Amino acid sequence: MKNKFLVLENVEKRFPVPGKKDYVAVTGVNLEIQKDEIVSIIGHSGCGKSTLLNMISGLDMQTSGHIFLKGKEITGPGPDRAVVFQNHSLLPWLTVYDNIEMAVKKVMPELSSKELRERVEKFINLVNLGPAKDKYPGEISGGMKQRVGIARALSIKPDVLLMDEPFGALDSLTRANLQDHLMRIQQKVKNTVVIITHDVDEAVLLSDRVIMMTNGPAATIGEILEVNLERPRDRVALQEDHEYIRCREAILEFLYKKFAKEDE
Amino acid sequence: MSKNDLLSRIILPLLTFIAIVALWAELSAYIENLPSPHDVWLAAFGGITPDGDVITGVLTDPFYINSDEDKGIFWQVLASLERVLAGFVLAIVVGVPLGLAIGMSKKVFYALNPYIQILKPVSPLAWLPLFLLIFQAINPTAIATIFITSIWPIISNTILGVQNVNKDYINVARILKFSPIEMVYQIMLPVAVPYIFTGMRLSLGIAWIVIVAAEMLTGGTGIGFWIWDEYNNLNYPNIIVGIIIVGIVGWILDTVMGKISDFFDYRKRGTAS
Ligand SMILES: Nc1ncnc2c1ncn2[C@@H]1O[C@H](COP(=O)(O)OP(=O)(O)O)[C@@H](O)[C@H]1O
Ligand SMILES: [Mg+2]
Repeated sequence: MKNKFLVLENVEKRFPVPGKKDYVAVTGVNLEIQKDEIVSIIGHSGCGKSTLLNMISGLDMQTSGHIFLKGKEITGPGPDRAVVFQNHSLLPWLTVYDNIEMAVKKVMPELSSKELRERVEKFINLVNLGPAKDKYPGEISGGMKQRVGIARALSIKPDVLLMDEPFGALDSLTRANLQDHLMRIQQKVKNTVVIITHDVDEAVLLSDRVIMMTNGPAATIGEILEVNLERPRDRVALQEDHEYIRCREAILEFLYKKFAKEDE
Repeated sequence: MSKNDLLSRIILPLLTFIAIVALWAELSAYIENLPSPHDVWLAAFGGITPDGDVITGVLTDPFYINSDEDKGIFWQVLASLERVLAGFVLAIVVGVPLGLAIGMSKKVFYALNPYIQILKPVSPLAWLPLFLLIFQAINPTAIATIFITSIWPIISNTILGVQNVNKDYINVARILKFSPIEMVYQIMLPVAVPYIFTGMRLSLGIAWIVIVAAEMLTGGTGIGFWIWDEYNNLNYPNIIVGIIIVGIVGWILDTVMGKISDFFDYRKRGTAS
Protein backbone atom coordinates (compact mmCIF):
# COMPACT_ATOMS: atom_id res chain seq x y z
CA MET A 1 0.00 0.00 0.00
CA LYS A 2 2.95 2.31 0.67
CA ASN A 3 3.82 2.97 -2.99
CA LYS A 4 0.27 2.95 -4.30
CA PHE A 5 -1.03 6.34 -5.33
CA LEU A 6 -4.72 6.57 -4.49
CA VAL A 7 -6.18 3.66 -2.54
CA LEU A 8 -9.73 3.04 -1.37
CA GLU A 9 -10.07 0.28 1.20
CA ASN A 10 -13.45 -1.20 2.00
CA VAL A 11 -15.12 2.18 1.85
CA GLU A 12 -18.71 2.51 2.97
CA LYS A 13 -21.03 5.50 3.26
CA ARG A 14 -24.27 5.49 5.21
CA PHE A 15 -26.64 8.42 5.45
CA PRO A 16 -28.73 8.62 8.60
CA VAL A 17 -32.46 8.57 7.94
CA PRO A 18 -34.57 10.01 10.77
CA GLY A 19 -36.63 7.32 12.47
CA LYS A 20 -35.38 4.56 10.16
CA LYS A 21 -32.32 2.48 9.50
CA ASP A 22 -29.39 4.26 7.84
CA TYR A 23 -29.43 4.46 4.07
CA VAL A 24 -26.35 2.62 2.77
CA ALA A 25 -25.32 4.54 -0.32
CA VAL A 26 -22.08 2.74 -1.21
CA THR A 27 -20.37 -0.19 0.42
CA GLY A 28 -17.32 -2.42 0.03
CA VAL A 29 -15.51 -0.17 -2.39
CA ASN A 30 -11.93 -1.30 -3.01
CA LEU A 31 -9.94 0.49 -5.65
CA GLU A 32 -6.37 1.39 -6.52
CA ILE A 33 -5.60 4.20 -8.89
CA GLN A 34 -2.12 4.70 -10.37
CA LYS A 35 -0.32 7.98 -10.75
CA ASP A 36 -1.18 9.81 -13.99
CA GLU A 37 -4.02 7.43 -14.68
CA ILE A 38 -7.37 8.66 -15.94
CA VAL A 39 -10.16 6.68 -14.37
CA SER A 40 -13.83 7.24 -14.96
CA ILE A 41 -16.66 6.12 -12.76
CA ILE A 42 -19.89 5.30 -14.52
CA GLY A 43 -23.23 4.17 -13.15
CA HIS A 44 -26.89 5.01 -13.15
CA SER A 45 -27.88 8.21 -11.46
CA GLY A 46 -28.31 7.89 -7.71
CA CYS A 47 -25.94 4.95 -7.42
CA GLY A 48 -23.45 6.88 -5.31
CA LYS A 49 -20.87 8.24 -7.74
CA SER A 50 -20.86 11.73 -6.22
CA THR A 51 -20.83 10.23 -2.76
CA LEU A 52 -17.69 8.30 -3.67
CA LEU A 53 -16.00 11.35 -5.18
CA ASN A 54 -16.88 13.51 -2.17
CA MET A 55 -15.18 11.02 0.09
CA ILE A 56 -12.02 11.13 -2.02
CA SER A 57 -12.10 14.93 -1.97
CA GLY A 58 -12.68 14.85 1.79
CA LEU A 59 -15.67 17.17 1.49
CA ASP A 60 -17.66 14.33 3.02
CA MET A 61 -16.29 11.48 5.15
CA GLN A 62 -16.87 7.77 4.72
CA THR A 63 -18.63 6.02 7.60
CA SER A 64 -16.19 3.14 7.46
CA GLY A 65 -13.12 2.10 5.49
CA HIS A 66 -10.05 4.09 4.55
CA ILE A 67 -8.84 6.26 1.71
CA PHE A 68 -5.13 6.88 1.24
CA LEU A 69 -3.38 9.29 -1.07
CA LYS A 70 0.36 8.73 -1.46
CA GLY A 71 0.24 6.55 1.64
CA LYS A 72 -1.42 9.20 3.79
CA GLU A 73 -4.97 8.78 5.02
CA ILE A 74 -7.44 11.40 3.85
CA THR A 75 -9.11 13.20 6.74
CA GLY A 76 -10.60 16.25 5.06
CA PRO A 77 -10.54 18.44 1.98
CA GLY A 78 -7.28 19.90 0.72
CA PRO A 79 -5.69 21.44 -2.36
CA ASP A 80 -3.92 18.18 -3.20
CA ARG A 81 -7.33 16.98 -4.45
CA ALA A 82 -8.82 19.65 -6.68
CA VAL A 83 -12.46 19.29 -7.67
CA VAL A 84 -14.23 20.45 -10.81
CA PHE A 85 -17.90 20.65 -9.98
CA GLN A 86 -20.74 20.16 -12.39
CA ASN A 87 -21.87 23.75 -11.89
CA HIS A 88 -18.41 25.23 -12.45
CA SER A 89 -18.54 26.97 -9.03
CA LEU A 90 -16.56 29.99 -10.19
CA LEU A 91 -16.94 32.97 -7.90
CA PRO A 92 -19.17 35.29 -9.93
CA TRP A 93 -17.76 38.49 -8.44
CA LEU A 94 -14.25 37.68 -9.67
CA THR A 95 -12.99 37.76 -13.25
CA VAL A 96 -11.63 34.64 -14.90
CA TYR A 97 -8.12 35.81 -14.03
CA ASP A 98 -9.00 36.61 -10.42
CA ASN A 99 -10.77 33.30 -9.91
CA ILE A 100 -7.59 31.44 -10.78
CA GLU A 101 -5.33 33.91 -9.01
CA MET A 102 -7.32 33.53 -5.80
CA ALA A 103 -6.64 29.78 -5.79
CA VAL A 104 -2.95 30.00 -6.73
CA LYS A 105 -2.31 32.76 -4.21
CA LYS A 106 -3.80 30.71 -1.41
CA VAL A 107 -2.06 27.44 -2.23
CA MET A 108 1.30 28.92 -3.26
CA PRO A 109 1.78 31.96 -1.03
CA GLU A 110 5.52 31.84 -1.59
CA LEU A 111 5.26 32.95 -5.23
CA SER A 112 6.48 36.45 -6.11
CA SER A 113 3.91 38.65 -7.82
CA LYS A 114 5.63 38.03 -11.15
CA GLU A 115 5.65 34.27 -10.66
CA LEU A 116 2.04 34.42 -9.57
CA ARG A 117 1.00 36.30 -12.69
CA GLU A 118 2.96 33.94 -14.93
CA ARG A 119 1.40 30.91 -13.36
CA VAL A 120 -2.14 32.25 -13.63
CA GLU A 121 -1.61 33.19 -17.28
CA LYS A 122 -0.03 29.84 -18.05
CA PHE A 123 -3.18 28.04 -16.93
CA ILE A 124 -5.49 30.50 -18.63
CA ASN A 125 -3.59 29.84 -21.84
CA LEU A 126 -3.65 26.11 -21.24
CA VAL A 127 -7.41 26.18 -21.75
CA ASN A 128 -7.17 28.83 -24.50
CA LEU A 129 -8.95 31.51 -22.51
CA GLY A 130 -6.46 34.36 -22.92
CA PRO A 131 -8.95 36.69 -24.62
CA ALA A 132 -11.57 36.10 -21.89
CA LYS A 133 -9.36 36.51 -18.87
CA ASP A 134 -10.84 39.83 -17.75
CA LYS A 135 -14.44 38.71 -18.19
CA TYR A 136 -16.75 37.76 -15.36
CA PRO A 137 -18.21 34.24 -15.24
CA GLY A 138 -21.62 35.70 -16.07
CA GLU A 139 -20.26 36.95 -19.37
CA ILE A 140 -18.86 33.71 -20.76
CA SER A 141 -20.46 30.50 -22.04
CA GLY A 142 -21.01 27.37 -19.99
CA GLY A 143 -18.21 25.57 -21.80
CA MET A 144 -15.78 28.40 -21.14
CA LYS A 145 -16.76 28.48 -17.48
CA GLN A 146 -16.02 24.80 -17.19
CA ARG A 147 -12.63 25.37 -18.84
CA VAL A 148 -11.87 28.03 -16.23
CA GLY A 149 -12.92 25.52 -13.58
CA ILE A 150 -10.43 23.02 -15.00
CA ALA A 151 -7.70 25.67 -15.23
CA ARG A 152 -8.32 26.73 -11.65
CA ALA A 153 -8.24 23.12 -10.44
CA LEU A 154 -4.99 22.35 -12.27
CA SER A 155 -3.33 25.64 -11.32
CA ILE A 156 -2.95 24.55 -7.70
CA LYS A 157 -0.93 21.50 -8.81
CA PRO A 158 -3.16 18.87 -7.25
CA ASP A 159 -2.10 15.25 -6.92
CA VAL A 160 -5.54 14.20 -8.12
CA LEU A 161 -8.05 16.03 -10.26
CA LEU A 162 -11.60 15.04 -9.31
CA MET A 163 -14.40 15.83 -11.72
CA ASP A 164 -18.08 15.27 -10.98
CA GLU A 165 -19.94 15.08 -14.29
CA PRO A 166 -17.98 18.12 -15.41
CA PHE A 167 -19.57 18.28 -18.84
CA GLY A 168 -23.00 16.98 -17.90
CA ALA A 169 -24.71 20.34 -18.18
CA LEU A 170 -23.30 21.15 -21.61
CA ASP A 171 -24.63 20.50 -25.12
CA SER A 172 -22.99 17.65 -27.00
CA LEU A 173 -20.79 19.79 -29.28
CA THR A 174 -19.41 21.81 -26.38
CA ARG A 175 -19.00 18.61 -24.46
CA ALA A 176 -16.90 17.06 -27.27
CA ASN A 177 -14.82 20.21 -27.42
CA LEU A 178 -14.12 20.05 -23.69
CA GLN A 179 -13.26 16.39 -23.84
CA ASP A 180 -10.67 17.21 -26.50
CA HIS A 181 -9.36 20.03 -24.30
CA LEU A 182 -9.00 17.66 -21.40
CA MET A 183 -7.16 15.06 -23.49
CA ARG A 184 -4.85 17.70 -24.95
CA ILE A 185 -4.07 19.03 -21.47
CA GLN A 186 -3.39 15.51 -20.28
CA GLN A 187 -0.86 15.02 -23.13
CA LYS A 188 0.92 18.20 -22.03
CA VAL A 189 0.82 17.93 -18.26
CA LYS A 190 0.18 14.50 -16.80
CA ASN A 191 -2.41 14.37 -14.04
CA THR A 192 -4.16 11.72 -12.09
CA VAL A 193 -7.83 12.19 -12.91
CA VAL A 194 -10.99 10.65 -11.53
CA ILE A 195 -13.97 11.66 -13.61
CA ILE A 196 -17.59 10.81 -13.00
CA THR A 197 -19.79 10.46 -16.01
CA HIS A 198 -22.93 8.79 -17.19
CA ASP A 199 -21.90 9.08 -20.82
CA VAL A 200 -20.56 5.83 -22.26
CA ASP A 201 -18.58 7.42 -25.10
CA GLU A 202 -17.05 9.96 -22.76
CA ALA A 203 -15.93 7.21 -20.43
CA VAL A 204 -14.23 5.19 -23.16
CA LEU A 205 -12.73 8.18 -24.93
CA LEU A 206 -11.13 9.71 -21.86
CA SER A 207 -10.18 6.83 -19.61
CA ASP A 208 -7.46 4.31 -19.05
CA ARG A 209 -9.93 2.38 -16.92
CA VAL A 210 -13.68 2.57 -16.48
CA ILE A 211 -15.11 1.73 -13.07
CA MET A 212 -18.67 0.49 -13.40
CA MET A 213 -20.90 0.78 -10.38
CA THR A 214 -23.88 -1.35 -9.47
CA ASN A 215 -27.16 0.27 -8.53
CA GLY A 216 -27.90 1.57 -5.05
CA PRO A 217 -28.74 1.13 -2.28
CA ALA A 218 -25.46 -0.44 -1.16
CA ALA A 219 -23.86 0.20 -4.52
CA THR A 220 -20.36 -1.05 -5.13
CA ILE A 221 -17.90 -1.58 -7.94
CA GLY A 222 -19.37 -4.10 -10.38
CA GLU A 223 -16.69 -4.39 -13.03
CA ILE A 224 -13.53 -2.60 -14.03
CA LEU A 225 -12.77 -2.22 -17.71
CA GLU A 226 -9.31 -1.54 -19.14
CA VAL A 227 -9.33 0.67 -22.20
CA ASN A 228 -6.31 -0.29 -24.28
CA LEU A 229 -6.28 2.59 -26.73
CA GLU A 230 -3.22 4.58 -27.75
CA ARG A 231 -3.06 8.28 -27.02
CA PRO A 232 -3.62 10.80 -28.43
CA ARG A 233 -7.07 9.52 -29.25
CA ASP A 234 -9.15 10.77 -32.11
CA ARG A 235 -12.88 10.59 -31.58
CA VAL A 236 -13.69 10.17 -35.28
CA ALA A 237 -11.12 7.48 -36.02
CA LEU A 238 -12.15 5.60 -32.87
CA GLN A 239 -15.66 4.98 -34.14
CA GLU A 240 -14.24 2.16 -36.30
CA ASP A 241 -11.70 0.89 -33.78
CA HIS A 242 -12.29 -2.64 -32.52
CA GLU A 243 -11.03 -1.94 -29.01
CA TYR A 244 -13.24 1.13 -28.78
CA ILE A 245 -16.26 -0.81 -29.93
CA ARG A 246 -15.45 -3.64 -27.51
CA CYS A 247 -15.23 -1.22 -24.57
CA ARG A 248 -18.44 0.56 -25.51
CA GLU A 249 -20.31 -2.70 -25.75
CA ALA A 250 -18.94 -3.93 -22.45
CA ILE A 251 -20.19 -0.83 -20.66
CA LEU A 252 -23.55 -0.85 -22.42
CA GLU A 253 -23.94 -4.49 -21.53
CA PHE A 254 -23.19 -3.72 -17.88
CA LEU A 255 -25.45 -0.70 -17.65
CA TYR A 256 -28.43 -1.90 -19.64
CA LYS A 257 -28.37 -5.69 -19.27
CA LYS A 258 -26.72 -6.64 -16.01
CA PHE A 259 -27.70 -3.56 -14.02
CA ALA A 260 -30.53 -2.04 -15.94
CA LYS A 261 -32.58 0.47 -14.01
CA GLU A 262 -36.31 0.16 -14.44
CA ASP A 263 -37.42 3.63 -13.55
CA GLU A 264 -35.24 5.57 -15.96
CA MET B 1 -35.92 56.18 -23.81
CA SER B 2 -38.22 57.23 -26.65
CA LYS B 3 -39.31 60.82 -27.08
CA ASN B 4 -42.85 59.80 -26.33
CA ASP B 5 -41.79 58.15 -23.09
CA LEU B 6 -39.78 61.17 -22.03
CA LEU B 7 -42.76 63.41 -22.66
CA SER B 8 -44.96 61.16 -20.53
CA ARG B 9 -42.42 61.22 -17.77
CA ILE B 10 -42.63 65.00 -17.57
CA ILE B 11 -46.19 65.71 -18.57
CA LEU B 12 -47.95 63.05 -16.50
CA PRO B 13 -46.44 64.09 -13.15
CA LEU B 14 -47.21 67.72 -14.01
CA LEU B 15 -50.84 66.84 -14.62
CA THR B 16 -51.01 64.98 -11.32
CA PHE B 17 -49.43 67.97 -9.63
CA ILE B 18 -52.01 70.36 -11.03
CA ALA B 19 -54.84 68.02 -10.00
CA ILE B 20 -53.52 67.70 -6.45
CA VAL B 21 -53.00 71.43 -6.00
CA ALA B 22 -56.48 72.16 -7.38
CA LEU B 23 -58.11 69.65 -5.04
CA TRP B 24 -56.07 70.94 -2.11
CA ALA B 25 -57.00 74.57 -2.88
CA GLU B 26 -60.65 73.57 -2.98
CA LEU B 27 -60.41 71.67 0.32
CA SER B 28 -58.61 74.52 2.06
CA ALA B 29 -61.50 76.81 1.21
CA TYR B 30 -63.82 74.58 3.25
CA ILE B 31 -61.51 73.42 6.04
CA GLU B 32 -60.72 76.36 8.22
CA ASN B 33 -57.28 75.46 9.53
CA LEU B 34 -55.98 73.77 6.39
CA PRO B 35 -53.45 76.14 4.77
CA SER B 36 -54.00 76.80 1.08
CA PRO B 37 -51.34 76.09 -1.56
CA HIS B 38 -50.68 79.81 -1.73
CA ASP B 39 -50.16 80.04 2.05
CA VAL B 40 -47.65 77.23 1.82
CA TRP B 41 -45.87 78.85 -1.12
CA LEU B 42 -45.53 82.06 0.88
CA ALA B 43 -44.41 80.14 3.95
CA ALA B 44 -41.72 78.48 1.91
CA PHE B 45 -40.43 81.23 -0.33
CA GLY B 46 -41.74 84.43 1.28
CA GLY B 47 -43.61 87.28 -0.38
CA ILE B 48 -46.55 89.58 0.28
CA THR B 49 -49.61 88.11 1.98
CA PRO B 50 -53.18 88.99 0.86
CA ASP B 51 -53.27 91.29 3.92
CA GLY B 52 -50.28 93.21 2.58
CA ASP B 53 -47.72 91.92 5.10
CA VAL B 54 -44.24 91.06 3.79
CA ILE B 55 -43.04 87.73 5.19
CA THR B 56 -39.80 85.82 4.79
CA GLY B 57 -40.08 82.18 3.81
CA VAL B 58 -38.57 79.16 5.47
CA LEU B 59 -36.42 78.58 2.40
CA THR B 60 -35.50 82.24 1.82
CA ASP B 61 -32.68 82.00 4.33
CA PRO B 62 -32.32 78.39 5.40
CA PHE B 63 -28.88 78.99 6.90
CA TYR B 64 -29.61 81.67 9.52
CA ILE B 65 -28.59 81.24 13.14
CA ASN B 66 -30.16 83.57 15.70
CA SER B 67 -29.57 81.50 18.78
CA ASP B 68 -29.16 77.87 19.76
CA GLU B 69 -32.92 77.49 19.71
CA ASP B 70 -33.60 79.62 16.63
CA LYS B 71 -31.87 78.30 13.53
CA GLY B 72 -32.71 78.04 9.82
CA ILE B 73 -34.38 74.98 8.32
CA PHE B 74 -31.08 73.74 6.91
CA TRP B 75 -29.71 73.30 10.43
CA GLN B 76 -32.85 71.50 11.54
CA VAL B 77 -32.58 69.01 8.69
CA LEU B 78 -28.85 68.65 9.32
CA ALA B 79 -29.42 67.88 13.00
CA SER B 80 -31.88 65.13 12.06
CA LEU B 81 -29.58 63.75 9.39
CA GLU B 82 -26.67 63.63 11.81
CA ARG B 83 -28.69 61.61 14.30
CA VAL B 84 -29.96 59.26 11.62
CA LEU B 85 -26.46 58.74 10.28
CA ALA B 86 -24.93 58.16 13.71
CA GLY B 87 -27.57 55.61 14.72
CA PHE B 88 -27.47 54.00 11.29
CA VAL B 89 -23.68 53.60 11.23
CA LEU B 90 -23.78 52.18 14.75
CA ALA B 91 -26.42 49.69 13.61
CA ILE B 92 -24.23 48.61 10.70
CA VAL B 93 -21.18 48.19 12.91
CA VAL B 94 -23.12 45.99 15.32
CA GLY B 95 -25.66 44.42 12.96
CA VAL B 96 -23.46 43.13 10.15
CA PRO B 97 -21.04 41.08 12.31
CA LEU B 98 -24.01 39.83 14.33
CA GLY B 99 -25.84 38.81 11.17
CA LEU B 100 -22.73 37.08 9.83
CA ALA B 101 -22.29 35.16 13.08
CA ILE B 102 -25.95 34.11 13.18
CA GLY B 103 -25.93 33.14 9.50
CA MET B 104 -22.73 31.12 9.74
CA SER B 105 -23.30 29.33 13.04
CA LYS B 106 -26.34 27.31 13.99
CA LYS B 107 -25.42 27.67 17.66
CA VAL B 108 -25.36 31.46 17.56
CA PHE B 109 -28.64 31.32 15.65
CA TYR B 110 -30.32 29.20 18.31
CA ALA B 111 -28.95 31.42 21.08
CA LEU B 112 -30.10 34.74 19.64
CA ASN B 113 -32.99 34.15 17.28
CA PRO B 114 -35.84 34.08 19.86
CA TYR B 115 -34.85 37.48 21.22
CA ILE B 116 -34.51 39.00 17.79
CA GLN B 117 -37.99 37.76 16.92
CA ILE B 118 -39.41 39.30 20.10
CA LEU B 119 -37.63 42.62 19.86
CA LYS B 120 -38.06 43.15 16.13
CA PRO B 121 -41.79 44.00 16.23
CA VAL B 122 -41.40 46.54 19.07
CA SER B 123 -41.92 50.09 17.85
CA PRO B 124 -38.63 51.96 18.14
CA LEU B 125 -40.57 54.77 19.85
CA ALA B 126 -41.36 52.41 22.73
CA TRP B 127 -37.65 52.36 23.46
CA LEU B 128 -37.41 56.14 23.47
CA PRO B 129 -38.50 56.81 27.07
CA LEU B 130 -36.10 54.14 28.26
CA PHE B 131 -33.21 55.73 26.39
CA LEU B 132 -34.24 59.13 27.72
CA LEU B 133 -34.08 57.73 31.24
CA ILE B 134 -30.67 56.25 30.63
CA PHE B 135 -29.04 59.11 28.74
CA GLN B 136 -30.93 62.13 30.14
CA ALA B 137 -30.06 63.97 26.92
CA ILE B 138 -31.69 64.45 23.55
CA ASN B 139 -28.94 63.51 21.11
CA PRO B 140 -27.90 60.13 22.52
CA THR B 141 -31.57 59.25 22.99
CA ALA B 142 -32.41 59.99 19.38
CA ILE B 143 -29.31 58.18 18.14
CA ALA B 144 -30.09 55.12 20.26
CA THR B 145 -33.66 55.11 18.96
CA ILE B 146 -32.40 55.20 15.37
CA PHE B 147 -29.91 52.46 16.21
CA ILE B 148 -32.66 50.16 17.45
CA THR B 149 -34.76 51.08 14.40
CA SER B 150 -32.01 50.33 11.90
CA ILE B 151 -30.51 47.21 13.33
CA TRP B 152 -33.28 44.67 12.58
CA PRO B 153 -33.41 44.93 8.79
CA ILE B 154 -29.61 44.93 8.72
CA ILE B 155 -29.39 41.77 10.81
CA SER B 156 -32.14 39.97 8.87
CA ASN B 157 -30.70 40.82 5.50
CA THR B 158 -27.16 39.91 6.49
CA ILE B 159 -28.43 36.50 7.61
CA LEU B 160 -30.33 36.14 4.35
CA GLY B 161 -27.16 37.01 2.44
CA VAL B 162 -25.12 34.39 4.26
CA GLN B 163 -27.82 31.79 3.68
CA ASN B 164 -27.62 32.54 -0.01
CA VAL B 165 -23.98 31.52 -0.28
CA ASN B 166 -23.86 28.65 -2.75
CA LYS B 167 -22.60 25.42 -1.20
CA ASP B 168 -20.18 25.00 -4.11
CA TYR B 169 -18.42 28.24 -3.16
CA ILE B 170 -17.99 26.98 0.38
CA ASN B 171 -16.61 23.70 -0.96
CA VAL B 172 -14.12 25.61 -3.11
CA ALA B 173 -13.02 27.48 0.00
CA ARG B 174 -12.75 24.24 1.97
CA ILE B 175 -10.56 22.64 -0.69
CA LEU B 176 -8.31 25.71 -0.69
CA LYS B 177 -8.27 25.54 3.12
CA PHE B 178 -9.51 29.06 3.74
CA SER B 179 -9.37 30.21 7.34
CA PRO B 180 -12.66 31.40 8.86
CA ILE B 181 -11.54 35.00 8.32
CA GLU B 182 -10.73 34.37 4.65
CA MET B 183 -14.06 32.59 4.33
CA VAL B 184 -15.86 35.71 5.58
CA TYR B 185 -13.94 38.20 3.46
CA GLN B 186 -13.58 36.21 0.26
CA ILE B 187 -16.80 34.20 0.11
CA MET B 188 -19.48 35.30 2.59
CA LEU B 189 -19.19 39.06 2.26
CA PRO B 190 -19.12 39.28 -1.55
CA VAL B 191 -22.34 37.24 -1.68
CA ALA B 192 -23.93 38.92 1.31
CA VAL B 193 -23.03 42.53 0.55
CA PRO B 194 -25.87 43.15 -1.92
CA TYR B 195 -28.30 41.75 0.66
CA ILE B 196 -26.73 43.82 3.41
CA PHE B 197 -27.14 46.93 1.31
CA THR B 198 -30.78 46.10 0.70
CA GLY B 199 -31.15 45.89 4.47
CA MET B 200 -29.30 49.16 4.92
CA ARG B 201 -31.54 50.86 2.40
CA LEU B 202 -34.63 49.60 4.22
CA SER B 203 -33.15 50.69 7.55
CA LEU B 204 -32.31 54.14 6.37
CA GLY B 205 -35.82 54.63 5.02
CA ILE B 206 -37.43 53.59 8.31
CA ALA B 207 -34.87 55.58 10.31
CA TRP B 208 -35.80 58.74 8.47
CA ILE B 209 -39.45 58.07 9.20
CA VAL B 210 -38.78 57.38 12.87
CA ILE B 211 -36.49 60.36 13.49
CA VAL B 212 -39.33 62.81 12.77
CA ALA B 213 -41.54 61.20 15.37
CA ALA B 214 -38.68 60.80 17.83
CA GLU B 215 -37.76 64.46 17.64
CA MET B 216 -41.35 65.49 18.27
CA LEU B 217 -41.05 63.60 21.55
CA THR B 218 -37.54 64.65 22.54
CA GLY B 219 -37.78 68.31 21.53
CA GLY B 220 -34.71 70.49 21.04
CA THR B 221 -33.63 70.65 17.41
CA GLY B 222 -34.29 68.66 14.28
CA ILE B 223 -36.88 68.73 11.54
CA GLY B 224 -39.35 66.65 13.54
CA PHE B 225 -39.24 69.02 16.47
CA TRP B 226 -39.40 71.98 14.09
CA ILE B 227 -42.66 70.73 12.55
CA TRP B 228 -44.16 70.17 16.01
CA ASP B 229 -42.96 73.59 17.13
CA GLU B 230 -44.55 75.27 14.11
CA TYR B 231 -47.81 73.59 15.11
CA ASN B 232 -47.49 74.98 18.62
CA ASN B 233 -46.67 78.43 17.21
CA LEU B 234 -49.78 78.27 15.02
CA ASN B 235 -47.61 78.51 11.86
CA TYR B 236 -49.73 75.91 10.11
CA PRO B 237 -48.42 76.45 6.54
CA ASN B 238 -44.94 75.57 7.82
CA ILE B 239 -46.16 72.10 8.77
CA ILE B 240 -46.78 71.37 5.13
CA VAL B 241 -43.45 72.93 4.14
CA GLY B 242 -41.86 70.57 6.68
CA ILE B 243 -43.67 67.55 5.28
CA ILE B 244 -42.47 68.33 1.77
CA ILE B 245 -38.88 68.85 2.95
CA VAL B 246 -38.93 65.56 4.88
CA GLY B 247 -40.24 63.81 1.78
CA ILE B 248 -37.61 65.25 -0.53
CA VAL B 249 -34.74 64.52 1.85
CA GLY B 250 -36.01 60.96 2.33
CA TRP B 251 -36.19 60.49 -1.41
CA ILE B 252 -32.61 61.76 -1.84
CA LEU B 253 -31.37 59.44 0.92
CA ASP B 254 -33.02 56.46 -0.74
CA THR B 255 -31.64 57.32 -4.18
CA VAL B 256 -28.10 57.79 -2.88
CA MET B 257 -28.31 54.55 -0.91
CA GLY B 258 -29.61 52.77 -4.00
CA LYS B 259 -26.67 54.01 -6.08
CA ILE B 260 -24.17 52.96 -3.42
CA SER B 261 -25.73 49.53 -3.13
CA ASP B 262 -25.66 49.01 -6.92
CA PHE B 263 -21.98 49.91 -6.85
CA PHE B 264 -21.24 47.11 -4.41
CA ASP B 265 -23.45 44.52 -6.13
CA TYR B 266 -21.29 42.24 -8.27
CA ARG B 267 -24.41 41.10 -10.12
CA LYS B 268 -24.82 44.61 -11.51
CA ARG B 269 -21.15 44.92 -12.48
CA GLY B 270 -20.11 42.23 -15.00
CA THR B 271 -23.13 42.68 -17.21
CA ALA B 272 -22.76 46.44 -17.53
CA SER B 273 -19.13 46.51 -18.67
N1 LIG C 1 -26.69 14.04 2.23
C1 LIG C 1 -27.43 12.95 1.93
N2 LIG C 1 -28.35 12.50 2.79
C2 LIG C 1 -29.09 11.41 2.49
N3 LIG C 1 -28.99 10.70 1.36
C3 LIG C 1 -28.08 11.11 0.45
C4 LIG C 1 -27.26 12.26 0.68
N4 LIG C 1 -26.47 12.43 -0.39
C5 LIG C 1 -26.77 11.43 -1.25
N5 LIG C 1 -27.74 10.64 -0.75
C6 LIG C 1 -28.30 9.45 -1.38
O1 LIG C 1 -27.24 8.60 -1.74
C7 LIG C 1 -27.45 8.05 -3.02
C8 LIG C 1 -26.29 8.33 -3.93
O2 LIG C 1 -26.29 9.73 -4.25
P1 LIG C 1 -25.20 10.33 -5.24
O3 LIG C 1 -23.85 9.95 -4.77
O4 LIG C 1 -25.48 11.77 -5.34
O5 LIG C 1 -25.53 9.61 -6.61
P2 LIG C 1 -24.96 9.86 -8.07
O6 LIG C 1 -23.93 10.93 -7.98
O7 LIG C 1 -24.42 8.57 -8.51
O8 LIG C 1 -26.11 10.26 -8.92
C9 LIG C 1 -28.77 8.60 -3.52
O9 LIG C 1 -29.77 7.65 -3.32
C10 LIG C 1 -29.01 9.81 -2.67
O10 LIG C 1 -30.37 10.01 -2.47
MG1 LIG D 1 -23.92 12.90 -8.84
